[in-house]
Amino acid sequence: MTKNIVDVNNVVRTFGDVKALDGVSLRFEPGIIYGLLGPNGAGKTTLIRVLATLLKPTSGSATVAGIDVAADPVAVRTKIGLAGQFAAVDAYLTGRENVEMVGRLYNLSKHEAKRRTEEVLERIDLIDAADRQVKTYSGGMRRRLDLAASMVGRPEVLFLDEPTTGIDPRSRLDIWSLIEDLVAGGTTILLTTQYLDEADQLAARIGVIDRGIMIAEGTADELKDMVGGSVVQLTVRADDRGAVADILRSVAGDDPKVDDSNGRMSIPATSARTLLAVAGKLEEAAITPDDIGLRKPTLDDVFLSITGHVAENTEPEKKRAARSGR
Amino acid sequence: MTATTVTGGDRETVQSPIGRMLRDIGVITRRNVLRNVRLPQLLLFATIQPVMFLLLFNYVFGGSIGRAPQLAQFGSYINWLVPGIIIQTATFGASQTSVGLAEDLQAGVIDRFRSLPMARSAVLAGRTISDLLRNAFVSGLMLTVGALIGFRYQTSFVQLIAAFLLAMGFAFAFSWVMASVGLAVKDTETAQTAGFIPLFPLVFASSVFVSVESLPDWLRVFADHQPVTVMVNAMRGLLLGEAALPTGTTVGGTVTAALAWIIGILVIFFPLSVRLYRRAAG
Repeated sequence: MTKNIVDVNNVVRTFGDVKALDGVSLRFEPGIIYGLLGPNGAGKTTLIRVLATLLKPTSGSATVAGIDVAADPVAVRTKIGLAGQFAAVDAYLTGRENVEMVGRLYNLSKHEAKRRTEEVLERIDLIDAADRQVKTYSGGMRRRLDLAASMVGRPEVLFLDEPTTGIDPRSRLDIWSLIEDLVAGGTTILLTTQYLDEADQLAARIGVIDRGIMIAEGTADELKDMVGGSVVQLTVRADDRGAVADILRSVAGDDPKVDDSNGRMSIPATSARTLLAVAGKLEEAAITPDDIGLRKPTLDDVFLSITGHVAENTEPEKKRAARSGR
Repeated sequence: MTATTVTGGDRETVQSPIGRMLRDIGVITRRNVLRNVRLPQLLLFATIQPVMFLLLFNYVFGGSIGRAPQLAQFGSYINWLVPGIIIQTATFGASQTSVGLAEDLQAGVIDRFRSLPMARSAVLAGRTISDLLRNAFVSGLMLTVGALIGFRYQTSFVQLIAAFLLAMGFAFAFSWVMASVGLAVKDTETAQTAGFIPLFPLVFASSVFVSVESLPDWLRVFADHQPVTVMVNAMRGLLLGEAALPTGTTVGGTVTAALAWIIGILVIFFPLSVRLYRRAAG
């Protein structure tokens, strides 16, 4: 028995001649959120599908809760919950019927399925809408219900494939807090996301995947160090540039970066204080910048610094998978 | 399969693999039946359309087709029509199986099912069984409406039941054909079209509405030997007696041929569907 709850070893998965996963390895311990970060088509969904026993790896091996996904998928399924990219709930059943059905398919008794359904509906705050058909739900409610269904069997590991893609900011926060609650309750979560801030907010550890390869791994802080973290960025009139460069140098203790194409200057920021310090000195010098701000690193910055190219959304995985007969 | 993996506590309820499979099939069947009942267009498609067909064919075409000498001997055209239209309904109704499966594949529902510790067979079996239930309901409705507008079976009650069961056997078998179609094409619109097109020659170049004796020779070769005609003839033999059959055939013979078709279709399309399901999802 390994102490890693998910252990992926050099997994390759091809669709025809497309390598969706090209030798991915990752492992992590129980009780954390692991964030898999990457653009569309990077292989995130394929990896989730391999771990959720929906796809067999072409080569390599993977265990979930110590069980090999290829050798004993049936046993793996008793340990996992999956919420895919599209809310897989049935529009013509009520919220309660949807969750209860999944509970029964986890081999819970009728009574137990009912009891846990109430419990999870309460938790995701859908108890009032529980007897309405799902077709009347908003997108955010459907996602939450989908999450509820994946939780009803009390899985040891939850796989969440882009749980907040395509929903409004308010629902996004709801789902974030739900995910944090779950982990506090002892569930392990592997989630995929295209958003650095989401991985940053939720994940204890982050793996960056691009074109089927893990290109970086670490905590959010480690990744940010790699990118250089946040920056204070400003644009000033051309004749102020010399004075502003001196101010920036005095705050950062180093020469500012200057983008020659537009004259935009930037220095690393440890926090918003860096911005305030720069603003204070500009004020003293009576210089009004055209634009000033604290910019947080994005997925693009991570990609740029690691791979030297920006994150490109390659062909959507779903389409590619469908075409080659997933 | 290792269905008896005990993960402790209250989790495992049914231990035997067969018991679990039946329970899972029951759960999926119930879900599909709820959908059938709640989706207005499905219910409409399942009830109004076949009843409309029955009424239109009887009152619009019955007058002229029914007077053809080959048909006139059975009394009113409705007696000829009802056995045929029950098979027609089963054939067209089976396209719902492909549409339903394609819908579930597209919506990611089948991904969810496949990630659960449930019986693999339950998704397909639950679908074909719920479609069978719908078909049984519609066929019962056809018989009732038929009886109201003059249909009378000419044999025994036992043969009426036998005819009904035979029609259901065919409906079930044909559902598996359509399951293969739905799993092969994987999207609802294509499933709708791809499933429907081959049904038209099967239903219209058959003995459903007319006697195949009126067809041109080249078409008759097809019409005589295709499953819909065989099924309809067997139904007529059971409901109307041997006089309703083409000369030289017996009730026993056509029923045997019909059963052979049902078994033949299942033997090919059951494993094919299972294979396509594995491939479609894995």
